[in-house]
Amino acid sequence: MGKDISIKVCMGTGGIAAGGVEVMSAFDTAFSAAGITASVEKNCSMHKVGCRGFCARDVLVDVSVNGSKATYEYIKADMVERIVQEHIVEGNPVNEWLVKDDYHTFHDKQVKVVLSDCGEVDPEEIDSYIGREGYEAIKKVLTSMSPEETTKVIEEAGLRGRGGGGFPTAVKWQMALRAPGPVKYLICNADEGDPGAFMDRSVVEGNPHALIEGMIIGAYAIGAPYGYVYIRAEYPLAVERLYRSLQQARERGFLGKNILGSGFDFDIKVKLGAGAFVCGEETALIASIEGKRGMPRAKPPFPVQRGLWGKPTIINNVETLANVPYIVRKGAAWYAGFGTDKSKGTKVFALTGKIQNSGLIEVPMGIPLKEIVYDIGGGIEGGRKLKAVQTGGPSGGCIPAAMVDTTMDYESLARVGSIMGSGGMVVLDETDCMVDVAKYFLHFTESESCGKCVPCRVGTKRLLEILNRITEGRGREGDMDLLAELSTDVKTSSLCGLGQGAPNPILSTLKHYRDEYEAHIYEKRCPAGVCKDLLTYSVLEEFCKGCMACIRVCPAGAIVGEKKQPHRIVQDICIKCGACFETCKFKAVKKG
Amino acid sequence: MEEQLEGIVTRHRENEGNIISILQDIENEFGYLREDAIYWVSERLDIPPAKFYGVATFYAQFHLKPKGKNVITACCGTACHVKGSERLINSLVKELDIPPGEDTSEDLRFTVEKVNCVGACSIAPVIIVNKAVHGKVSPDKLMKEIKGLKAGASKN
Ligand SMILES: Cc1cc2nc3c(=O)[nH]c(=O)nc-3n(C[C@H](O)[C@H](O)[C@H](O)COP(=O)(O)O)c2cc1C
Ligand code: FES
Repeated sequence: MGKDISIKVCMGTGGIAAGGVEVMSAFDTAFSAAGITASVEKNCSMHKVGCRGFCARDVLVDVSVNGSKATYEYIKADMVERIVQEHIVEGNPVNEWLVKDDYHTFHDKQVKVVLSDCGEVDPEEIDSYIGREGYEAIKKVLTSMSPEETTKVIEEAGLRGRGGGGFPTAVKWQMALRAPGPVKYLICNADEGDPGAFMDRSVVEGNPHALIEGMIIGAYAIGAPYGYVYIRAEYPLAVERLYRSLQQARERGFLGKNILGSGFDFDIKVKLGAGAFVCGEETALIASIEGKRGMPRAKPPFPVQRGLWGKPTIINNVETLANVPYIVRKGAAWYAGFGTDKSKGTKVFALTGKIQNSGLIEVPMGIPLKEIVYDIGGGIEGGRKLKAVQTGGPSGGCIPAAMVDTTMDYESLARVGSIMGSGGMVVLDETDCMVDVAKYFLHFTESESCGKCVPCRVGTKRLLEILNRITEGRGREGDMDLLAELSTDVKTSSLCGLGQGAPNPILSTLKHYRDEYEAHIYEKRCPAGVCKDLLTYSVLEEFCKGCMACIRVCPAGAIVGEKKQPHRIVQDICIKCGACFETCKFKAVKKG
Repeated sequence: MEEQLEGIVTRHRENEGNIISILQDIENEFGYLREDAIYWVSERLDIPPAKFYGVATFYAQFHLKPKGKNVITACCGTACHVKGSERLINSLVKELDIPPGEDTSEDLRFTVEKVNCVGACSIAPVIIVNKAVHGKVSPDKLMKEIKGLKAGASKN
C-alpha cells in the first residue's frame, strides 16, 4: 500500500482507565486482519503516549496517514475495526467520531512548555524523547557552560518554584552551589499531596525524561553528585515509567559516572512515599527519605544548610525541574516572554470539578481566570452557574465568581486571598456549599496534621468541630468570630506550612460567603442543598405520578404509597441520601 | 515466613534500606504488617519494635490488619468529593457489610480503603477495584461492579 501510518493512543492513568490497553490491542488485531502489518511493515507504528490533558475524552487516538493527522475521541476497542477499515484502508476518516470544535478551543489558549512533548513522545522509549531534541540541553550545559552560567540562564528566565511557594529557583541553586563540601543532594519532590491535582503525575507518566534531564542540569548547577525522586506510591504507573526511564538514561550514559565524558558524576534513586501529605514539606520529606516518621522541624537551618543526612540539599518540584531543559534549549528570553513581569513563564493547572472540559492545562501566567473557565474549560457543566474556583488545595482559598477577572499570577492571587499553590483548580457551581468545602479541607488537614506542634494538632481539630456543628444544624451565635480568631492563631503559630495554611479555606470562605455561614447558623438551612442534616426531602403531590421508582431505590424503605397514587416520605426513617431526588423523572421530590 | 524475611533483610543491607523500605517490603510480601514478621526483623536488625510501629502508624499506606481478598479504593480527593464520592463510599460500606470503624468485612472478602487523590481527577469520581481504575463512577455502575465481584467471590 506504501502508506506511512502512525497511531498514538493515550495511555496515561486516564487513558488506561477508559480502556487504552484494549484499544491498543484492538489496533494490533485489526492491522493483522486487514493485512496492513505485513504490507507496510516498518512504516506502520503504534505508540503509547502520555496525557495530553483532555482525559475526560479518553480514549483519545491520533491516526496519521502519510503525515496528515486526525484525532478521535471516546474510542472504545469495538470501534477500532471501523476506523482501520474506513480511515486507513479506504482513506475516509470516520467523521462522527473525530474530535469536535471544543477539542480545539480547549487547546487554543494554551501555551505548552513543560507539556509540549506530553502526548507526543512515547514515555517508555528514550529515543522518542531524543528524537524531539531531548537530552540536547544537558549536552549543551556539560560541554559549554559552567554551573554559574547554567544558573544564570534560569535566573534570566525568571523561573519560580512550581511546588507552591514560588521561590526563585536560581536563588536556591546559587546558595547550594556556595554550600561547602563535596556531598550535596538534589531531591525532586513528586509527592503531589494536594488532593485534586495531578500535574506532576502527568509529567512523570507522560514525559519522564524531561524531568530526568532537568534534574541532571540542576545537579550540575549546584554540584550535587546524588539525586532522589520522592514520589507517592499512589501513582503506580508513574513510578514504573520513572524506573524504566532512569535505567534507559543510565544505559545511554546520561546518568552515572563521568556523564558524556564531562567528568561530572550524578545518579538518581527513587524513594516511594507512604501516604502522608505532610511529607511534601521539605524537612518532613527529608525525614521520610531517612526512613523516619515524616515530621517537619523548625527552619533555620534550611535544607540548603543542613538537609538530607545533614548535607546541603535542594528540593525542587517536578514541574520546576521539567521546565529546565526547555529553558536551556530555547533560551531564557524565550521563556521570560511568557507570563507577567513578576510571574514569568507558564503554569500547569489541573482543571477539575464542575467544569465542562476537565483536564490538564498549561497557560501563560497572568491569564485571566475567566478565559480558563469559559474558553479553555468550556464553561460550567450542565449549564449551571459558576460559584467559585478553589485554587491551592488545602492551603488555598476560593476565588468567587464575581472576581473571575482575576489574573493567574502569584501577586494577583494573593490579593484576592488565595494562592497559586501547586496547580489544583477545582471549579465549584451553585450546587456546592462553601461551608462544606471548608469543612472538607479542614477534615483533610486535621487528619494529615503530623501532631508535632500544638496549634496545628489541636487547632485544626477545634476548627473542624466548629464546622461540623455548623453543618449539622448546631451552629451557635459567635461561631463565625470564633472561627476567624482561632484561624488566625493557628496560621501564625504553627510550625510548618501545613498548619500555617490550614485555616486559609475557612478564612477565604468566611470573607466571601458570610451569608452562607449565616444561613447555616441562624436559619439552619444549607442554601446549596448539600449539608445532609439540614435537608428534608418531600414529595410534591401535584407532580408525583405514582410510578414507584423512588420506592424501589430508597435504601431505607422510607417511602410509602400505592401505584398511581402520590407517594410520601416518612421523615423519621429517611436517611437523606438523595437517591429518590436523583431518580425521580418528574421532579416530584423536593429538597430543601 | 523466615525465608522471605531473610530476603528482605539482605536486600535492606545491600541497598542501604531503612525502616520505611523494610515495612514496604513486608507489606508487599504478606499483604499487611504481620506482628511476628516485625518482631523477627526487629530482633534480627537489633532495632526495637517500637521504632517499626512508630513509622508504621504514621503513614497511611501501612496496614496492621490483613486486607480483604478484594480491595476497593475510593478516592476522597477534592474533585471526587465535589462529584459525590461520599455517597459512593457510604453505599460501598453498606453493601459490603464493613463494620463501623473498620475497613475490612468480617469474612475478609472485601476491604474498602479511602485515599486522598489518585491523580485521575478529570474523570472524577474515581474508584479503584483491585488495581483497575474506574472513572466517572455512578452509584448504579458501582453496584453492578460490586454485585459481579460478590458473585465471583462467593464462587471461590
Ligand atoms: C504541607 C506541605 C505540603 C507540600 N506538598 C508539596 C508537594 O506535594 N509537592 C511539591 O512539589 N511541593 C510541596 N510543598 C512545597 C515544598 O515544601 C517545597 O517548597 C517545594 O517542593 C520546593 O520546590 P520548588 O521551589 O521547585 O517549588 C509542600 C509544602 C507543605 C508545607
Ligand atoms: S480527587 Fe479523586 S482522583 Fe483526584
